Amino acid sequence: MSTIPLEHTMIGSDWHLPKRGVVGMCALIVAESAMFTIFVVAYIYYIGKSSFGPTPRQVLHVPVLGTICLLSSSIFIWLAEREIHRARMSRFKVLWGITCLLAAVFLSGTAQEWYRLIFHEGLTVRTNLFGTTFYSLVGLHAAHVTVGLTILTLVLIFALANRVRPEHAYQVQVFSLYWHFVDVVWVVVFTTVYIVGR
Amino acid sequence: MADASIPVPGNVGEAVDITPPGEFKGTWLEYAHSWIVTVDHKRIGILYIGLGLFFLVVAGIEALLIRIQLIRPLSNFVSPDSYNRLFTLHGTTMVFLVGMPILFGFGNYLIPLMIGARDMAFPRLNAFSFWVSAFAGFLLYYSLVGGEGLAGAGSAPDVGWFAYAPLTELAFSPGHSTDYWTLAVLLNGIGSIGTAVNIITTTFCMRCKGMTLMRMPLLPWLYITMSTLVLLAISPLTAAQIMLLVDRYLGGHFFDTQAGGSALLWFHFFWIFGHPEVYVLVLPAFAFANEIVPTFSRKAIFGYAAMVVASVGIAFISLSVWAHHMFTVGMTSVSNTFFVLSTMMVSIPTGIKVFNWLATMWGGRIRFTLPMLFTTAFLFQWVVAGLTGIILAVAPFDWQVHFSYFLISHFHYVLVGAIVFMIFAAFYYWYPKATGRMLNERLGRLHFWLMLIGFHLTFDFMFIVGLLGMPRQIYTYMPDRPWTTLNQIISVGAFLQGLAILIFVYNLFYSYSHGKKAGPDPWDAWTLEWATSSPPAPYNFETEPVVASRRPLWDLKHPEDPDSAYE
Repeated sequence: MSTIPLEHTMIGSDWHLPKRGVVGMCALIVAESAMFTIFVVAYIYYIGKSSFGPTPRQVLHVPVLGTICLLSSSIFIWLAEREIHRARMSRFKVLWGITCLLAAVFLSGTAQEWYRLIFHEGLTVRTNLFGTTFYSLVGLHAAHVTVGLTILTLVLIFALANRVRPEHAYQVQVFSLYWHFVDVVWVVVFTTVYIVGR
Repeated sequence: MADASIPVPGNVGEAVDITPPGEFKGTWLEYAHSWIVTVDHKRIGILYIGLGLFFLVVAGIEALLIRIQLIRPLSNFVSPDSYNRLFTLHGTTMVFLVGMPILFGFGNYLIPLMIGARDMAFPRLNAFSFWVSAFAGFLLYYSLVGGEGLAGAGSAPDVGWFAYAPLTELAFSPGHSTDYWTLAVLLNGIGSIGTAVNIITTTFCMRCKGMTLMRMPLLPWLYITMSTLVLLAISPLTAAQIMLLVDRYLGGHFFDTQAGGSALLWFHFFWIFGHPEVYVLVLPAFAFANEIVPTFSRKAIFGYAAMVVASVGIAFISLSVWAHHMFTVGMTSVSNTFFVLSTMMVSIPTGIKVFNWLATMWGGRIRFTLPMLFTTAFLFQWVVAGLTGIILAVAPFDWQVHFSYFLISHFHYVLVGAIVFMIFAAFYYWYPKATGRMLNERLGRLHFWLMLIGFHLTFDFMFIVGLLGMPRQIYTYMPDRPWTTLNQIISVGAFLQGLAILIFVYNLFYSYSHGKKAGPDPWDAWTLEWATSSPPAPYNFETEPVVASRRPLWDLKHPEDPDSAYE
């Protein structure tokens, strides 16, 4: 009898499993990545296949300001996350507010670009294959930014009302994973549309 | 543990629940309401399975109508347009509304019980996924009414379950029937992705103490693999459906060949989803076999680690085989060779699994109970399904038979001979756990033999009629072709299967009130779900179980020789 190791006596205090939020968000990110991959593949496949103009080189301008804003928002959300972990709520609010602002600047940049393309350059989804793939890919990403900005704003409102407290650091961390993902996708979309595609 | 003389490695014994499941005291309406708002994984699992069974009957009737139409040459039992709608609805329903819901239902029900958890990781996401999938199902069938009126042209979708472009474009499929198809598949995909996220998170984050990944029963392992495939395969389908919607509603040109769009791109996108989807459906069938074969061979599973590696290997390889559905499209010889070889490679891990099941049975005390009968039939049929798959993977042969009934028979061997047979095995195995009653043995055996004979009449002869040149998806055929007798045999087999399924559904209801009482562990099995009462209480386990081996109930029943001493 004494030869049987009573393994379970060792289990207990050191039984660690990954946390649900992070694993769930990572799984969602895998699914989203697969979806973006298909849109990027379609975009690359159709580069230069449009039967008539306008072509990307004629109408697209590289969105420098928007890209800088979106990519730096990743740094600010990371700083904000660090502050909430240290329970420094006023700094958290400021940094979170900056993140919101940067995301809003990016989205308004996209809106202006689309306005110019539609009303001045005459490029719509119907115009040609470039229009179809451009609005779909950039639009899918912009939709993800919009979802992110909505959540960012909600968290900001709750933070300003002092409803976001240091014990919510984990939830903030899970959301920031999503935000980093949206930023990484922009790097891919930017490279595809504005560098390879032109 | 103060008392070191107790040799039970783990305290699963305390997890046995002795409280009787509470009788529901309320009106009928309150009872229905409690099912609609439920977030309990067991109830959602049963809802999923109920939804799947409902659509199984619907899509089965569609299959029988197809078989009546083909029973004699120059038949006009249904109109050609209705025939297109019938095979479109049959395929779409069977894959998205029968296979996926039933398999997700079993996963939902079993995984938390098998890993000793209270519920899934995200119970409300679970409920959301189910209701979205259910809504998608009824949306698809609402097309009969909403497409363009009940009798009007273009009522139900008629583009095939693969919906090849450019047929799905607005110019060729006016009206709303294709929109209903797209939206239903899109919504169903969202539900599937939600459930997949949930299953992965549950298995990684909710295991009870002592259950390391390599001590998990194989069923949760295979569901992790299957869910990962869902994430990687259903998302491309969702993306392709969004593109189709952009084409149809916003006037885009993704698949519009007139404006330079490519029909071939849809082929690729659809089959990047379509082939992994086969493994999404068959991996849970393997998972059931992994639980049933050891229990009724009275042996631990042979080669646990090899089984895990083989399952993950199947999932990995299956992501790079999709274009074997497209040999007839005309690809370069390099792509043809690549997809021939990658397809053949899938048979290696699959073969490992078959040999491991055989090795588990070898030298075991096999009990041919109902679940084991279906599993044995599954083993034979799966080998035929796999071997014809290898034959079809050879591109030159595929060019000859791709558009014939040979191919139809091959994938029905996979979907019916393997998956549906294992779903029945799973019903007979776990029904006592979910209801506390055994399914009736006599009706079950009748069901098994009718199903087996019907299946082989239908699909063995379908191979032959395919080799004799009968093309797939044809509305009717001329009397001078040598197909008439064979088609009659096939149709008789189809009706035998329909009768078998009717008996089975009757048995489900009959045994719910008349079945033999099961008790918590009717099969003398070894995994955690049999430790709690049948049906389990809403909280699953009275105390959180602690396990020390892959077969915690064996350890409990055989304290003199526990598995944990060897693993």
